[in-house]
Amino acid sequence: MIKFKEVYKTYENGTKAIRGINLDIDDGEFVFLVGPSGSGKSTLVKLITGEICATSGVVEVNGYDMTRIKRRQMPKLRRTLGVVFQDFRLIDKKTIFENIAFAMRIVGAPTKEIRPRVEYVLDLVGLPGCADSYPLELSGGEQQRIAIARALVNNPSVIIADEPTGNIDPARSLEIMRLLEQINELGTTVLVVTHEKELVNRFAKRVVVIDSGRLVGDGVSGYYSYEE
Amino acid sequence: MKSNNFFYFIKEGVTSVFNHGFMSVATIAIMMACLFMMGGFTLLSANIQEMISTLESQNQIVAFVDDSLTDDEARGLSVKLEAIENVATVEFVSRDQAMDKFLRKYQDNTLFSDIDSSVFRHRYVITMDDIEGMEKLQNDLYRVPGIAAVNAHLEISRGFVTVRNIVYIVSLALTAVLLVISVFIMANTIKLTTFSRREEIGVMKMVGATNSFIRWPFVIEGLFLGIIGSALAYLLTWGVYEILYTRAQNSATFAFVNLVRFSRYAIPMLIAYGVIGVLVGVISSSTAIKNYLKI
Repeated sequence: MIKFKEVYKTYENGTKAIRGINLDIDDGEFVFLVGPSGSGKSTLVKLITGEICATSGVVEVNGYDMTRIKRRQMPKLRRTLGVVFQDFRLIDKKTIFENIAFAMRIVGAPTKEIRPRVEYVLDLVGLPGCADSYPLELSGGEQQRIAIARALVNNPSVIIADEPTGNIDPARSLEIMRLLEQINELGTTVLVVTHEKELVNRFAKRVVVIDSGRLVGDGVSGYYSYEE
Repeated sequence: MKSNNFFYFIKEGVTSVFNHGFMSVATIAIMMACLFMMGGFTLLSANIQEMISTLESQNQIVAFVDDSLTDDEARGLSVKLEAIENVATVEFVSRDQAMDKFLRKYQDNTLFSDIDSSVFRHRYVITMDDIEGMEKLQNDLYRVPGIAAVNAHLEISRGFVTVRNIVYIVSLALTAVLLVISVFIMANTIKLTTFSRREEIGVMKMVGATNSFIRWPFVIEGLFLGIIGSALAYLLTWGVYEILYTRAQNSATFAFVNLVRFSRYAIPMLIAYGVIGVLVGVISSSTAIKNYLKI
């Protein structure tokens, strides 16, 4: 569960990125977080992942109070999250198997459990049999699927996808979004940050709109009509 | 550290050395160059100091025996002289031997042709362990009953001491400066290699890796680079020194230069290279990623 209560974030240079946001995302929800460039979407994601701390207000993520969380607790929190980035952030020098397996090693998974689990998630994202390839041998859409597989491998309760379709063509974008929808159907909370209206409007999901750091829309209409 | 993690870290560290081949080669090359420069300078200083020591050992004190002592009594003084602190060797020269030496030196001068040995005194030629204690030794010799006069070149000894101290201080200071510069260059090269991997570290942090989980492979990588760099630098120093040594030995021009064998410094240099290489590798690697661990 993710909870924002009267959250403000002002950067050191004086930029007010988030201004009094109240937001609740329940377990098992699928939420699109939309808004124009510079609206505060990325800041909101960074507040959830603990990369930055709120200036005031309360941010709660999976039971952790992000304003009071200790540095040593941060890895534990992040293991409950799966983050997918726009630029995939796969490690080029590692094989697909190694890219996914290292996320399992981090949580101390026994070696014998790693290979079957990696194969399972690769199957889930529709890329069985590519474990020994390297990221640069795959297309953008395939790399993003691998990034999703890595995010999924530790069975997180929340998947946060920050512009997951930003670097891939429209047809592959739809596939990625359907994959995230399937993952949500398995019980994982999914938060997708995007500014692609057409894509959002093809799914009947909750849409949270922010602009200039303020929450300007929150509905389950599945229709994103906000004008950039 | 769990045992399966231990092997994982070793594997990751070693694999990373090869995966980032160019950066690894750059780090090793820089490490080699810095250690070679430092080691070369240390060997040069050691040789200069050795040469000064050799020259020092040739500096002697002559102690003249009182004329009132019989020949046997004069010879018997050697035991007392050898017991004095800082005395390295004691050689008795009888008045006849002294005269022979004198006449050999001035054989072309007819003025000394009918000189009698009675004008010479029995004497002792004394060398010392430390030239710095020459004045004290001179005073100690005066206190020995039966020694009438002592001839010591104090000015020369002071000159040697000054030169030796200057060489020692200058070489120590330059070695320290070279060490600092080398460590700085090596550390920055390693920092540069980790800079290119900050994104990789960021991903690890995002999937919930602890700082130590991220740091260990870097530390092991730094350790390997340090070992390889210092081992190659040691072999290079050894090889180059042996070539110079052989050339100096076979050269007529440098016949006066008596270089020290490398084997005399082999172990201390191996330890110094190893310690510096490993410490710089490990500390630089683990501190270089510090900033990237703050997210």
